[in-house]
Amino acid sequence: MKVQSTVIKYGDHVDTDVIIPARYLNTTDHAELASHCMEDLDADFKQKSLTRKVIVAGRNFGCGSSREHAPIAIKASGIELVIADSFARIFYRNAIDIGLPIIECPAAAAAIRDGDEVTVNLDTGEIADITTGETFVAAPFPPFIQKIIACGGIEAFVREKITGKAEA
Amino acid sequence: MGMTMTQKILARAAGVESCRAGELLMCKLDLVLGNDITGPVAINEFEKMGATKVFDPAKIALIPDHFVPNKDIKSATMAKQLRDFARAQKIVHYYEVGRVGIEHALLPEQGIVAPGEVIIGADSHTCTYGAVGAFSTGVGSTDMAVGMATGECWFKVPEAVKVVLTGKMKPWVSGKDVILHLIGEIGVDGALYQSLEFCGDGVKEIGMDGRLTIANMAIEAGAKNGIFPVDDVCRAYLAERVTREYTAFEPDEDAEYSKVVTIDLSQLDLTVALPHLPENTKPASECRDLAIDQVVIGSCTNGRISDMRMAAQILKGHKVSDRVRCIVIPGTQQVVKTCLSEGLVDIFIDAGAIFTMPTCGPCLGGFCGVLADGERAVSTTNRNFVGRMGHTGSEIILAGPAVAAASAILGRVATPEEVL
Repeated sequence: MKVQSTVIKYGDHVDTDVIIPARYLNTTDHAELASHCMEDLDADFKQKSLTRKVIVAGRNFGCGSSREHAPIAIKASGIELVIADSFARIFYRNAIDIGLPIIECPAAAAAIRDGDEVTVNLDTGEIADITTGETFVAAPFPPFIQKIIACGGIEAFVREKITGKAEA
Repeated sequence: MGMTMTQKILARAAGVESCRAGELLMCKLDLVLGNDITGPVAINEFEKMGATKVFDPAKIALIPDHFVPNKDIKSATMAKQLRDFARAQKIVHYYEVGRVGIEHALLPEQGIVAPGEVIIGADSHTCTYGAVGAFSTGVGSTDMAVGMATGECWFKVPEAVKVVLTGKMKPWVSGKDVILHLIGEIGVDGALYQSLEFCGDGVKEIGMDGRLTIANMAIEAGAKNGIFPVDDVCRAYLAERVTREYTAFEPDEDAEYSKVVTIDLSQLDLTVALPHLPENTKPASECRDLAIDQVVIGSCTNGRISDMRMAAQILKGHKVSDRVRCIVIPGTQQVVKTCLSEGLVDIFIDAGAIFTMPTCGPCLGGFCGVLADGERAVSTTNRNFVGRMGHTGSEIILAGPAVAAASAILGRVATPEEVL
């Protein structure tokens, strides 16, 4: 799976309260959650995410609350990949579970700038910053995790396990 | 090579002799928890995956506590979805408004969590139950859904940070000061993906409510779980609550730790965390110039009876500052009743504080104490992120109940000796 896009860059400790503030947690609707994604951190996110599909951030991305609404809001905003120095563990798990591609790569997270154009190969973990010409390699996910992400989340797997059917 | 407490619990739940950090294990679950915000998302996933019955109605806890009593129509709709599911699935540990409390105050109080158990909850503060020697960790709603359907969850066996507690705390210093100090030392990602394993002579000096506060905020250091050994203090607490058999695990002598942090409790000062990260810690005595508009005393972190008693002891005979709204939120109905029988409610009301029903409410900016632009609160809750309690232009200073109560009286960050 390959992703190519201009980057939206954020700093360290982007918490789930700014990704999707609790005042919007009275719904489970993905599109409604997306409409408020990042609004407490970056008022222009909605506009930016129309054309930019990759978020690059610093340490501990997604820290705080376990709300799955956070990766859901990011994914439903059209974001195709988050690269960070590190992820908070619940967010990390949630992102895989719902099929939001994430990559942990401190070197790329440090070097890639807001507005840079990147291409990322999710199968190999290769990240290229086309704007600066720099390249990075992250450890790719093992195949079973890649498959979960490619399927759009773990729910499809469990459905298959329970019902023997891939599609509902 | 030896194992940590966490590793031993996970190994047993996976049916293996031993395990080491980094291994992936599929574990049997003793409890799967969700609330009125995360539960509905999990129920949707549960149904989408084709599941029709939960693995065990006695091993699931559905606790409406975040936006209840329902704060608006949308929240009411989500609470109803949780209720309908609980009824249809005959969930044993569903508690309705009037009987419910804040999940992480209620479950230990009612003996629903016990040592050696493996617990996942779609709430990041599920790590609270490490105080009673359980492995418990926060997950998302999809993991909760899988847990409800299968009774299993996969885990990566964590490394551990060993936290050695020594000495005895000074008056008014509490579990909150211990955990804020630790987060200040190691940072909000200082234990990322790891366990915080507490040990040392100092543990016995901390009561169960204090340990629950400490384990509760393990997540604020990025930890997967925080866990205490099961000692006489813990066994006495459990004796009144847990009738089923449980297993207390101790770490091996040669267990490996990624780092060791020692905290001399006798050296700890009353501590606050300034906006906007729990790691921005400072002695409360150095922050006395910070004026405040609101005080919140409660939450899954500090809504237990010890917290209420400590706050009441300071507020007794005093008045809350004219510029402050002081909101006291007991964690459970049992805490409410004890506050009533001990006369604490009178103390709070006479001081000019409001004494409310159990709810997560203001902690996450839900209701019952949302902050306006430019307002500042001292709060015994667990997070001081931008906008956490309301407007993005508001500020939260995290503190224990003693500093919160003293601050309510003086209208600025204050310590008990200033008012007593």
